[in-house]
Amino acid sequence: MQIGVPRETRPRETRVAATPATVTQLIALGYDVVVETGAGAASSFPDDAYAAAGARAGTAEEAWGAEVVLRVNAPAPAEIGRLADGATLISLLSPALNPELVESLAARPITVLAMDAVPRISRAQSMDVLSSMANIAGYRAVIEAANVFGRFFTGQVTAAGKVPPAKVLVAGAGVAGLAAIGAASSLGAIVRSTDVRPEVAEQVRSLGGEYVAVPDAAETQVSSDGYAREMGEDFNRRAAQMYAEQARDVDIIITTALIPGRPAPRLITEEMVASMKSGSVIVDMAAAQGGNVAGSVADEVVVTPNGVSIIGYTDLPARLPAQASQLYGTNLVNLLKLLTPGKDGRLVLDFDDVVQRTITVVRAGEKTWPPPPVQVSAAPAPPPVPAGATAGAPSVPARTPAPGRRFALVGLAAALLFGLTAFSPNELVQHFTVFALAVVVGFYVISGVHHALHTPLMSVTNAISGIIVVGALLQLGSDDGVVIALAFLATLVASINVFGGFAVTRRMLGMFSRGPSTKVAAR
Amino acid sequence: MTATGAASAAYIVAALLFILSLAGLSKHETAKAGNSYGIAGMAIALVATIGLAIDHGLSGTGAILMVVAVVIGAAIGLWRAAEVEMTGMPELIALLHSFVGLAAVLVGWNGYLTVEADPEGQTEVSADLLGIHSGEVAIGVFIGAVTFTGSIVAFLKLSARIKSNPLMLPGKNWLNLGALAAFVALTVVFVVEPNLPVLAVLTVIALALGWHLVASIGGGDMPVVVSMLNSYSGWAAAAAGFLLGNDLLIITGALVGASGAYLSYIMCKAMNRSFLSVIAGGFGNEGSVGSSDVDYGEHTEITADDTADLLRDATSVVITPGYGMAVAQAQSAVAELTRKLTERGVEVRFGIHPVAGRLPGHMNVLLAEAKVPYDVVLEMDEINDDLRSTSVVLVIGANDTVNPSASEDPASPIAGMPVLRVWEAERVVVFKRSMNTGYAGVQNPLFFRDNSRMLFGDARERVEDILKAL
Repeated sequence: MQIGVPRETRPRETRVAATPATVTQLIALGYDVVVETGAGAASSFPDDAYAAAGARAGTAEEAWGAEVVLRVNAPAPAEIGRLADGATLISLLSPALNPELVESLAARPITVLAMDAVPRISRAQSMDVLSSMANIAGYRAVIEAANVFGRFFTGQVTAAGKVPPAKVLVAGAGVAGLAAIGAASSLGAIVRSTDVRPEVAEQVRSLGGEYVAVPDAAETQVSSDGYAREMGEDFNRRAAQMYAEQARDVDIIITTALIPGRPAPRLITEEMVASMKSGSVIVDMAAAQGGNVAGSVADEVVVTPNGVSIIGYTDLPARLPAQASQLYGTNLVNLLKLLTPGKDGRLVLDFDDVVQRTITVVRAGEKTWPPPPVQVSAAPAPPPVPAGATAGAPSVPARTPAPGRRFALVGLAAALLFGLTAFSPNELVQHFTVFALAVVVGFYVISGVHHALHTPLMSVTNAISGIIVVGALLQLGSDDGVVIALAFLATLVASINVFGGFAVTRRMLGMFSRGPSTKVAAR
Repeated sequence: MTATGAASAAYIVAALLFILSLAGLSKHETAKAGNSYGIAGMAIALVATIGLAIDHGLSGTGAILMVVAVVIGAAIGLWRAAEVEMTGMPELIALLHSFVGLAAVLVGWNGYLTVEADPEGQTEVSADLLGIHSGEVAIGVFIGAVTFTGSIVAFLKLSARIKSNPLMLPGKNWLNLGALAAFVALTVVFVVEPNLPVLAVLTVIALALGWHLVASIGGGDMPVVVSMLNSYSGWAAAAAGFLLGNDLLIITGALVGASGAYLSYIMCKAMNRSFLSVIAGGFGNEGSVGSSDVDYGEHTEITADDTADLLRDATSVVITPGYGMAVAQAQSAVAELTRKLTERGVEVRFGIHPVAGRLPGHMNVLLAEAKVPYDVVLEMDEINDDLRSTSVVLVIGANDTVNPSASEDPASPIAGMPVLRVWEAERVVVFKRSMNTGYAGVQNPLFFRDNSRMLFGDARERVEDILKAL
């Protein structure tokens, strides 16, 4: 089958759906690739590079007319008509936000797959465009902020005076937020981050950020599909309070709060913007969906009367075109790998596969959106159920016996011991006493054993149990030949045990060393 | 002070030294002292026993035989201890257990031959206690024989001389129960009328039971089995103590038996296995087919050079070794890798699953041999929460201990077993010979995860390749 890669026509779009590197991979899957002339120019991929990778340069008609069309952006209404009957279009669509687009696509006898509808399950991670693009966008948001921000990110003490470090607040710690936290903290800023999902606190810290929780939030959410949801009123009020406090303090705010299929939540109000210091910068990464920040305008930089710049770029990934194209292209290749099970250049859509089902918006002219919901494994189970990662996994039953049963067992053992001892002759009772006490001592003596010492402990107890040699030695004093022979053999094997066991333990213990650099006492 | 009195006193001192020895062995700081206490206790016990034997009128030949036996035994023992590879430690320990079992059987038989078989000549046991003595002989021989063959099978399995797959005889639980019932019946017969054929049959049944018990346990459970046999060998010594009326044997045997049992219990908990079903032979052999025909997708390979690149860019690396590291003798190369990465400023730590390897603490011993500082060698629970923020996890020859289906697939035969959650790390590189399953015979979905890369081949060679690339 033929894959067509048309040029992107959206203003300011610099990405392209295939790079020379991914073209090679597509050809390896058995496809012929035709790339519209100049498609990669904005991403610094010249036509020659595509030709060298094995693609054919073609006109826009040829690219649009291919059996499979790869695009970054959704087609404009005029472009839908250029698709051939029976063709498959793969691109970003935001089907939930663009119902008319879905309708007009479904009017054609074509199949349409939305790259931004890939479910967040681990198997599909390699095709998750939202993650790969958000990663780029988060990084770029920091760079854009740094560009507008008239100061250092890192604090310095110089001969000319002390420079304080910049304080950055990242609202929303999804992929974009985390990427922004990482980028800002590696530039040296003090980074804080907040999110409605408390489980991300750890991830924030792991990137060098500080997690700011909403104070006294009774209502928190544990996400079951890996994305955030809308929150209740009380929570929003407390959150607003927290944002107001932070806005007065920080120099840069980067907002990333998006709720799939809904307008972006308003996090930063006009008063908060007004309370910020002059020269501060806000990057509203949700500007395309209505914005998290009051006063942000999509694709523009707005400077407020008190000198705060609000950056509303919606094309942040496209500002790193070569990399963004490469990652997007790789996501596409991974999807096509899934769709081309035979590696024979024939695209097969399998509706039993949850990934393929979920991304399919239109199948052969029939609308299949919205897909059934998918539970993903990103959600941690509620505390009492251990590690129930897949939804509804039953917890493993505890093996501790019920207290009643335990008492019965102890009682039975005591009765047995009593019976056994009461009817035993005196000499045996003495032995029992010694035996019982030694058993208890044995349990307690090793109860705190360090894990690493299990093997030496076992070999030393093994050596000690060679004490049976004592019995054999005494039996050597017999005058019966058979007894002496058996006793001799017993002495011999038990001696191997005694000497071998201690020697091996010694050897093992000699090896346990402690690092020269760390002088800290044992844990 | 009579010779008997002196010997008893010496025995008490020896017993206390043994307790100190075990207590010492539970901490790194006191471990060496613990071993010395053990040696001292053993020396005192031996000297006292030899003195006692001479006092009882040991003949010249007897004395010579004694010296010869001890010298030969000591020579073999020290030689094996000096020779053994650290990777062969499990086998050696299993073999040593079998010696205790064998000695217990022999001592038991001698107990019968010197007392019951010689009713006029014996002076050791008064007539009214003869029945008890017979019972002790039967119990001592039984435990000893079970330990003996059980340890032999464990040794054979660990040294790969026989297949480690569990033996599946029909009605194996009934076989075990039948053997126990037969033992009880034969003991009663033996107490009523002691005779050689009954004792012989009893011994054979016990030997068969020991063989069957361990043969029906899969290789994956070997750490527990070795520790359980350790416990059995203690009980065998204690039984011999009852037989001979020797408190030192009773104390020592009970100490070893109890500590071995406790150790096995700790390990069973670590694997989320029922203690009973492991010691009764053969765990969870039911329903292991569960999810075998599930399509896991494809695994992705990686080269040693690319792994080196990954490691170079990593900020933190966790190495989770398994039995494969022991097999490939890769510990020194791994230690070298650890040093190199640490010099580069990469934080390198080890995550050890409680049942990694074939006996408890196996990995720790190997890493210690290779001089990996023990501060960076952490237990599963200590490291599990940090794996999430780890750049690269190197899984070297481990399989079941890093299997995500244990926590994610309730139908899996290893469901519920605590595992190292390596798949939460950014990247996982799995060193493996092939795509074969591990000891539990369960496929590992980890290999097919998107953040997993397979590095095939001999673990040591691959680690050395990485070292070269670095």
